[in-house]
Amino acid sequence: MIPGIKRKRDKAATAARNRLLPEGRVAGPMPWVIAIMMFLTVLAAAAGLGLLHASRALGADLSGRVTVQLIDADPVARNDAVRRLVRALPRLPGVVAVQPVPESQLADQLRPWLGTDLAAAELPIPALVDVTLAATDPAAVATFRRAVAAIVPQARVEPHAAFLAPLSGLMTSLAGLAVALVLLMALATGAVVVLAARGAHDSHRGTIDVLHLMGATDIQIARLFQRRIALDASFGGALGFAAAAAVIAIIGQRLGATGSDMLQTIHLSAGAWLLLLALPLAGVLLAMLTARMTVLSALGRQL
Amino acid sequence: MASIVQFENVGLRYGLGSEALSDISFSLDSGGFYFLTGASGAGKTSLLKLLYLAQRPSRGVIRLFNEDVVTLPRKRLPGFRRRIGVVFQDFRLVPHLSTYDNIALPLRVAGMEESEIAAPVAEMLAWVGLADRADARPATLSGGEQQRVAIARAVIGRPEILIADEPTGNVDPDMAQRLLTLFEALNKLGTTMVVATHDIPLIGKVPDAQMMRLDRGRLADPTGSLRYPPGRAGSA
Repeated sequence: MIPGIKRKRDKAATAARNRLLPEGRVAGPMPWVIAIMMFLTVLAAAAGLGLLHASRALGADLSGRVTVQLIDADPVARNDAVRRLVRALPRLPGVVAVQPVPESQLADQLRPWLGTDLAAAELPIPALVDVTLAATDPAAVATFRRAVAAIVPQARVEPHAAFLAPLSGLMTSLAGLAVALVLLMALATGAVVVLAARGAHDSHRGTIDVLHLMGATDIQIARLFQRRIALDASFGGALGFAAAAAVIAIIGQRLGATGSDMLQTIHLSAGAWLLLLALPLAGVLLAMLTARMTVLSALGRQL
Repeated sequence: MASIVQFENVGLRYGLGSEALSDISFSLDSGGFYFLTGASGAGKTSLLKLLYLAQRPSRGVIRLFNEDVVTLPRKRLPGFRRRIGVVFQDFRLVPHLSTYDNIALPLRVAGMEESEIAAPVAEMLAWVGLADRADARPATLSGGEQQRVAIARAVIGRPEILIADEPTGNVDPDMAQRLLTLFEALNKLGTTMVVATHDIPLIGKVPDAQMMRLDRGRLADPTGSLRYPPGRAGSA
């Protein structure tokens, strides 16, 4: 046989085998419902992954960081205290780095509230010294606090983790919530597929009975439904993912435009994008498996 | 001749109602031609359902191909069903498939390669006179054409038993005769025929056929003594 004709006939035959159930692809509500589910799932997963990244970045940033505040109103005494601390702190055990915060940086941070007209020298702005400790546990911080008090008694020690921990905790909680949402969406998608498969099974009962009486096995019949649901889920999954990816890209641009260091830590790595990309594939597999189990269960109740 | 079907004291009850079939016992020989007759509601279709394994009996023993199919595990039923061809009273063609695809269905279900399917389907289309209607959907076929598609689909897998439920109920006498000729030809090739019909003149046209008559769910000829090969009816 001429190869072209054979290919055409084989293609027609495959199509005929697949046509045993009428094609309902895209025409029914199923692909659109899956598209919406996938859109929400990808958004929730992206939020979870982004927040998890931010929470980790924040954690890494805060890990072992403390700020020593010198609140003496006398600038001379304040600067003297800073010098003493910068000289003494590096020699303390467990201190990794000591970095006084430049006055210009403090002025920059205060400018939105105080304006540009007020000179920093006219206000008793505390001096800050950033310190990185090797250990992050409360005992290490307490030891450090005592050591600082011995050098400059009126100095205040503020572990970063203490005041940013609630924010980090909130981010972790939101990431957990996002994971829970993804799981709920997966359950809802499974439920939708069960309903769709049952509906399709009922509406094609006549064809299924004929196939059964011709000797078709349950697996053969379930495969027809699996294929159809896979097509619906692929279409819905691709559409939902594309829409969600577009929304994520827009949100990413907006976050970048804020200029906020903290918001910019909400970031999706290449690995996170791969995970997101795996969601539609997992959705198709879930839909196929659910359809197969539903149809096999329904067929098992017949002779 | 070897027995291909055996019913022993078979009863069938739907739900909690009275028995649709009671104490049915008979044996069909391999290669035989059998008519099943009886008034509407006598239980012909129920009996056929038991034969083509669409239903399990409420009691009794049914042996098909020398195996007890009442206790047969469900997963083994497809193998038995592939040895049985069925022409349904309402044809049960798959509405969205073409004539060609409807006829090819049993072969595809059996997992045959597409290259092996084309020739027998073409032969069957020619045999039932529908070669020029291969691409037509059932809805565009006449009742007689649909009947022929149903018959072609039932016989294409060369079943050992062919069961036909009122196969001439929707066709004119000329077509009925042609269908009967098809059935006889198949029977001569070794297929055991079981044809349920009201059409008494039709029965008379198959001299070697045997007849079973159902009356209100009971077989009127349980012992086999009331067999009416129509050709010998006068001498019986």
